[in-house]
Amino acid sequence: MTDHFIEDKTTKVNVNLDNIGERVDFNDLKSGGFIKQRQKDLFAVRLRCPGGRMETKKLVEISKIADKYSKKGVVHFSFRQSLEILYVDYKEFRNIVAELEKIGQKVASCGPRVRVPTACGGCEYNPNGLTDTQGMAGMVDQKFFGTPTPHKFKTSFSGCPIDCARTKEMDFGFQGIVEPVWEDPLCTGCTICSEACKEDAIVSDPDTGKPIFDPKKCIFCGDCIRACPTEAWKPKRYGHIVRIGGKHGRHPMEALEVCTFLPDDKVAEAIEKTVEWYNANGKRGERIGNTIKRVGVQKYLDFMEPVFKHGSPVNYLAPGV
Amino acid sequence: MTEIKSNAQLDLRGVMCPINFVKTKLKLETLEAGEVLELVLDSGEPIQNVPKSIKEEGHKILEVKKEGDHFRLKVQKG
Ligand code: HEM
Ligand code: SF4
Ligand code: SF4
Ligand code: SF4
Repeated sequence: MTDHFIEDKTTKVNVNLDNIGERVDFNDLKSGGFIKQRQKDLFAVRLRCPGGRMETKKLVEISKIADKYSKKGVVHFSFRQSLEILYVDYKEFRNIVAELEKIGQKVASCGPRVRVPTACGGCEYNPNGLTDTQGMAGMVDQKFFGTPTPHKFKTSFSGCPIDCARTKEMDFGFQGIVEPVWEDPLCTGCTICSEACKEDAIVSDPDTGKPIFDPKKCIFCGDCIRACPTEAWKPKRYGHIVRIGGKHGRHPMEALEVCTFLPDDKVAEAIEKTVEWYNANGKRGERIGNTIKRVGVQKYLDFMEPVFKHGSPVNYLAPGV
Repeated sequence: MTEIKSNAQLDLRGVMCPINFVKTKLKLETLEAGEVLELVLDSGEPIQNVPKSIKEEGHKILEVKKEGDHFRLKVQKG
């Protein structure tokens, strides 16, 4: 018997689970997260760490478990911010899952489903951060982790346009933005904002030093707001740029921007409806970016209108679509 | 407008980020709350970054003057 929740990407070693049915409760493994290694009988156990955040106390306990079950005594920090315990014997699955369960640590997922979200530090502690990326990642993990989809569905949250969490390469990504608004009476014409803006969206009036703002060039990073000594630049509203259909891998694709200034409280709805659309329109094994290419982005936008109307539309779409 | 008197001066021309801010911070630590530090910062990265960090640490920028390719700031310790 080969359990389909176990990812076996190599054909070098067969996964033989014939004799351990009574020792491994496959319900424990439903979410996947056990990845066959090239070494016989050994698996990497991928932990569920939304946003790459972990309490130190839990980390200490995990280290003890990893030390006990990893035949080589090593872990790996994965590219999607999870911790993988390497060289775990498949006969120990039940024990390691039980021990992890005891400290409240779940195993992550593989295969065609909603994956654990990744996120940068965001506004909690990063000076550039505009949105609570960690809070969002936790919420999405709670609500959507493991939901079946036609192919893998990766989400991420970046706190600002620097986009450390690479929302442009995600199936569905959210990147924080802020809309700046300027109040003339508070402005002293010091010209700092035009220096602070790296997008040339602000030039200083040569006579008064006051800002002349070009909204078409603005990427909503908020540098002007943070730099202005007098609070003449203020935040008008915060939200997310929503991106869909990105991926990396053999044939990378850049995501399309489909909504701007989507508020925090509409993120869950956006994911729920997008997963619904993907399940209705996507072919098995097709990433959502390719579904959108095949079906047409307008069909998707029409479907999402009840959610995206809470943000602002994007006045351009990336070339080629 | 009356000239704002400064209690200390720091010329940070030619000093890179983030050392210019660290120096600003160390200098501010020698002052009492309410005292004023006069700073000279280059345009480009220093003027893009240092005022943001000064604000974030709770100090107040009282005055900014552009002088050629640098800026003269008066910062009140918070
Ligand atoms: C990786 C370790 C460290 C880094 C990256 C670092 C970095 C810096 C930087 C950027 C400055 C400002 C430099 C300047 O004003 O020109 C500074 C100043 C200073 N650091 Fe460190 N530092 C480190 C370790 C230490 C340690 C271990 C000590 C003391 C035991 C120390 C004591 C100081 C002091 C006293 C100053 C003030 C110097 C001044 O008066 O300008 N630093 N450090
Ligand atoms: S995306 Fe922005 S907020 Fe997030 S880590 Fe990068 S710079 Fe900080
Ligand atoms: S938000 Fe960023 S891009 Fe827009 S004007 Fe301000 S500094 Fe420039
Ligand atoms: S930084 Fe603020 S005070 Fe200075 S010119 Fe810009 S808006 Fe005016």
